[in-house]
Amino acid sequence: MKSIVCVKRVPDTEARLRIAGDEKSVEAAGVKFVLNPYDEFAVEAALKHKEAAGSGEVTAISVGGAESAETLRTALAMGADNAVLLKTAGRAEGLAVARVLAEEIKGREYDLLLFGMKAIDDDLQAVGPMTAELLGIPAASAVTEFSVADGRVTAHREIEGGHEVVELRMPCALTMTKGAYEPRYASLKGIMAAKKKPLEEKAATAGDAGVETRKLSYPSERQAGRIVGQGADAVPALLKLLREEAKVL
Amino acid sequence: MPGIFAFAETRDGEIRKVSQEVVTAARKLADALGTEVHAVVLGSGIAGAAAELGRYGADKVFVGEAAAFDKYSAEGFTTVISSFIKEHGCDVALFPASSLGKDLAPRVAARLGSGYSSDVIGLEVQGGAVVATRPEYGGKLLSQVAATGGTPVFSVRANVFLPVENAKAGTVETLNVSVNEADFGAIVREIKAGAAEKLDVGEAGIIVAGGRGLGSPENFKLVEDLAAAFGGKAAVGASRAVVDAGWRPHAEQVGQTGKTVAPTLYIAAGISGAIQHLAGMRTARYIVAINKDPEAPIFKVADYGIVGDLNEILPRMADEVRKMLA
Ligand SMILES: Cc1cc2nc3c(=O)[nH]c(=O)nc-3n(C[C@H](O)[C@H](O)[C@H](O)COP(=O)(O)OP(=O)(O)OC[C@H]3O[C@@H](n4cnc5c(N)ncnc54)[C@H](O)[C@@H]3O)c2cc1C
Repeated sequence: MKSIVCVKRVPDTEARLRIAGDEKSVEAAGVKFVLNPYDEFAVEAALKHKEAAGSGEVTAISVGGAESAETLRTALAMGADNAVLLKTAGRAEGLAVARVLAEEIKGREYDLLLFGMKAIDDDLQAVGPMTAELLGIPAASAVTEFSVADGRVTAHREIEGGHEVVELRMPCALTMTKGAYEPRYASLKGIMAAKKKPLEEKAATAGDAGVETRKLSYPSERQAGRIVGQGADAVPALLKLLREEAKVL
Repeated sequence: MPGIFAFAETRDGEIRKVSQEVVTAARKLADALGTEVHAVVLGSGIAGAAAELGRYGADKVFVGEAAAFDKYSAEGFTTVISSFIKEHGCDVALFPASSLGKDLAPRVAARLGSGYSSDVIGLEVQGGAVVATRPEYGGKLLSQVAATGGTPVFSVRANVFLPVENAKAGTVETLNVSVNEADFGAIVREIKAGAAEKLDVGEAGIIVAGGRGLGSPENFKLVEDLAAAFGGKAAVGASRAVVDAGWRPHAEQVGQTGKTVAPTLYIAAGISGAIQHLAGMRTARYIVAINKDPEAPIFKVADYGIVGDLNEILPRMADEVRKMLA
């Protein structure tokens, strides 16, 4: 089975972010970057299914600047077989990224196209379904677990208050969320092996995404409120505040 | 004539609350732009329920019924909706930022070649253009985005645009849909029942969330009891620590790798308030923290807090809430 996993380099979840002078982007200096946590679920799922099938190939693809090679090395160290960096100048997102990916993927042979459900920087949750649409293949998003049999994928997709079981014809795209695939750590051996694995770089042009960021701002800081009291005896006072001051009850 | 497109999601033949919210948001935009709201509902056996959308401000409700639409189909819905938007030349297209909406809306945007933004929490008209506000980086930043052409597609977050009833009753029209399930590459076989009845943490107005401070999975009953005391209005949430420990299902996880929620009231019990947890709940209108550690970071974002043992505080709260709402 051949899988393609699309991955993104994102600021670490703990990173403190500063808006740059243009008010439209974030300062990269001093920020630690990681492989997008949701993409880790996708890489893990691809590896698990390859292992279960006993054969196959896992290709990691990223759209981004030269630094994204580092993110691809992480995927290779986890166990992906090869990687492709579609090198763009500047930040690209949404439809622009989907177009670059679709252009690359349409010439490839694959059974499964995997994504993280969302990237934790733009929080967009769109590149997977958009790429699938541009490729004209079926897709399911927010998948926690799937099985493969007879050219079909049966995927469990999170919905409000439960989940849906979706059956998809292959090739298909899935966007992964937390569930059955606990990402493995890259072993030292894996990291060493990754250095020798093929990582191809190609120049790509990301066009218009159809939306532009006009301005970034910091949300108003939540003010630390009031400690109403200690222990259970403070409960009536809390409820009184919720009812009379906050008016939420 | 163009208009604001609003996609109304149904489940089990009923219009979902997020759909009323989407139509409400569309109404506000339509008034600002001097245009109409065109709501589209797809499904089977939904014509009766669809009419209610007029009450939330839809000028026209278009109902597309097909047996194949008994369950959600990304491909089928995308085809019907994108042709509708193209034919009507809609100014803006709004979807709920629900699991269905977030699966469908980006596909529609890609089909139309339009820009897309998700989880919008504000919509306004600036110089004739619709500008959306949305959180990024797990809510650490807010971004204002505008379309650069075409019909922009937005999904709007639940509990933000609260439904406003409108005396005006919209007209209902039938939308011709000819779809064949055999053409779909993806088919929903089953919706795992039971759970579907439960109020979801992503949509509830009140959330009682528990963390590692609960000490054991059995002890989560304290959280469930308090949620139940709110009489069907509250859902149970969980921190990642307890989901990873297998105490609670991932569906209840709030945070960076869980759900993003915007309830009116968020009660965090035995949750330290790690940055990844805050990413999911910092837009709650009111936050209450219950923690035995007065230095816990959750108190820095909470509106009200009680310092103490949740084993004593939660049962007392459940009692008092029951009394208060009786
Ligand atoms: C990539 C990444 C993604 C993540 N995503 C998420 C996410 O989506 N959601 C999430 O929640 N976390 C997430 N985390 C994990 C996060 O960093 C924290 O580890 C987690 O939120 C801690 O959960 P907790 O508050 O329940 O547990 P702890 O940090 O262990 O806190 C328990 C709290 O309970 C209090 N307590 C203990 N006993 C009692 C008692 N008897 N009465 C009252 N209070 C008591 C303690 O004082 C403490 O403050 C993520 C981490 C990473 C690295």
